[in-house]
Amino acid sequence: MDLLEYQGKQLFARHGLRVSSGEAVKTVEGAVEAAAEIGYPVVVKAQVLIGGRGKAGGVKLADDEASLREHAGNILGMEIKGHTVRTVWIEHASDIASEYYASILLDRSAKKPLLMFSIEGGVDIEEVAEQTPEKLIRHHIDPLAGLSHEEALQVAREGKADEDILGGVADALVALYEVWLEEDATLAEINPLIVTPEREVKALDSKVSLDGNALYRHPENQGLSDSENEDPLERRAKEEGVQYVKLDGDIGILGNGAGLVMSTLDVVAQAGGSPANFLDAGGGSNAETIKQAVDLILANKAVKAVLFNIFGGITRCDEVAEGLIAAFGEIKPTVPFVVRLDGTNDEEGRRLLAEAALPNVHPAKTMNEAAEKVVALAAGQPLGAGA
Amino acid sequence: MSVLIDERTKLCVAGITGREGTFHTLNNRAYGTDVVGGVTPGKGGQDVDGIPVFNSWQEAMDEVRPNTAMIFVPPRFAADAILEAAGAGVELVITITEGIPAHDELRVYNTLKRDHPGTRLVGPNCPGILSPGKANVGIIPASFFKQGNVGVVSRSGTLTYQIGNEIAQAGFGCSSIVGIGGDPVPGSSFVDILELFEADEETELVVLSGEIGGSAEEEAAAYIAEHMSKPVVAYIAGFTAPAGKQMGHAGAIVSGSSGTAAAKAEALEAKGVRVGRTPTEAAQIAVEVLGGSSISAA
Repeated sequence: MDLLEYQGKQLFARHGLRVSSGEAVKTVEGAVEAAAEIGYPVVVKAQVLIGGRGKAGGVKLADDEASLREHAGNILGMEIKGHTVRTVWIEHASDIASEYYASILLDRSAKKPLLMFSIEGGVDIEEVAEQTPEKLIRHHIDPLAGLSHEEALQVAREGKADEDILGGVADALVALYEVWLEEDATLAEINPLIVTPEREVKALDSKVSLDGNALYRHPENQGLSDSENEDPLERRAKEEGVQYVKLDGDIGILGNGAGLVMSTLDVVAQAGGSPANFLDAGGGSNAETIKQAVDLILANKAVKAVLFNIFGGITRCDEVAEGLIAAFGEIKPTVPFVVRLDGTNDEEGRRLLAEAALPNVHPAKTMNEAAEKVVALAAGQPLGAGA
Repeated sequence: MSVLIDERTKLCVAGITGREGTFHTLNNRAYGTDVVGGVTPGKGGQDVDGIPVFNSWQEAMDEVRPNTAMIFVPPRFAADAILEAAGAGVELVITITEGIPAHDELRVYNTLKRDHPGTRLVGPNCPGILSPGKANVGIIPASFFKQGNVGVVSRSGTLTYQIGNEIAQAGFGCSSIVGIGGDPVPGSSFVDILELFEADEETELVVLSGEIGGSAEEEAAAYIAEHMSKPVVAYIAGFTAPAGKQMGHAGAIVSGSSGTAAAKAEALEAKGVRVGRTPTEAAQIAVEVLGGSSISAA
């Protein structure tokens, strides 16, 4: 679960990381009120879950109310790479002496948290890693021991942070690890971590991802995330407990098991089609979940044909067939379906479907055959004899 | 031979008294797995269809000496159950539970390394292990697999069934099918399982089924080039997955430009591993290699 900048900063502040005070607002008037309280000059920052806000004109400095009105007006409602700006964060502008970088992420390969620090902050850190890797310090933290202040100091020193603020940087790194650990984050990044002329160390930006599987330990974080910019179908799927990802194509996909569904998307793409969604009906899907899933797939009006790819393990093909028959009874889809049932109780499932003689439902024996058929149907081509 | 589980497996199940736990434990027993007990705190002294239930792993160890644990408890209790089984001296812990917090997985992985190096964890979020004709621990439907000489290691359950079934239909069987799971911090990696298959006399070829996210496939590629004498055929799922979206499995996510299916397939092919474009093609390549044709570009 990715957090907006201001949500991440609020978590930072909770763990003692220094941030500028500010306010999240949704209107120009709200921005003006916030700025009056915070004091000019202020920075207006678009709150979207996508990089490159600055370049897109989503971050502006305002010295007075007139310029604030102009910038807030422009930024609110702005589209940044497909994300609509609905919230801006207003904070007091900071004076900057240096821009550093700090992050902690889950290193899946080492199976440890990885702390990264550089004095080359404020830029794309992947470029620093590529062009001047010696300037990016990488330090694995032992998750059973944690990050000591001594260790953090060593990282700051190794990264050649200014001598006079080594302690301040180490404090920030320790606090960042506390955020990572205590909030169940999988990523906690500060870019830039600034040093002010008064030699304060402050987080000017934040990028935080929280582990959705650990949210039960953090009821206070459950309301975070960018729900306003979430796809409405994805939000509905989440509420219904269905694993659904919306994609750009026109072929609805349902399968059981994440790997099989990913594979189905690939096979459809190879056959020349374009999947409209990822939907994993789960390992033990029954008739009711199938019905719900069909409803969700068809709620996307771009869908021109649907592919069911089931390899029954725990899932029973007869249950899937019953679910599909029930769904047709209620929803009465107008688009063609291709159904491939293999595995547990597949013969029974195929028999049920044949008997029900659902309109415009085409059986397929294999995954590849199913993909070819659904691509043809989505393109409006009739299937040949025997389809 | 086979890897990890066989006729000598003595299984004890955490969560045996839950609905799913009972169902799959009895399935495993019906297959022939020697199920010696279960653990559910507070339910010691009861039995599940004749299988004794204990209050703790230590008690189970004292009474029935299991060498394999299956963890079927809800996510919030799973980390402690794994560590408790390891603490009691169980050598192999197979964790089916899906949805365990990543930080718990980190803690478990590193604690096992430090305090219980004799315990191997497989999973979490995996379908288990099947050694056809010998033992089944987990939720893999055994009817699709025959006994034979193909080792299968996979991050996904149903995809494994799909590939294994196609191999079986071509007349070949499997030595063992090992699901390592779809989470970001699996207890066993591709490399760990490849090492076992390389040492297993019965296994002649390994099918590796990977997916987007992390770098386990790239690490496997390097390992195969250096240490495997047996042919490996691979399949990777998720070529069409958009960056930043979790595709069902917690670990199946392309982060920025890393963890893509294309990069994984390239890494494997660069080391001479043949990669099927579809599950069917991967199975066909495996069958072709087993049929005696020349192996690869290696």
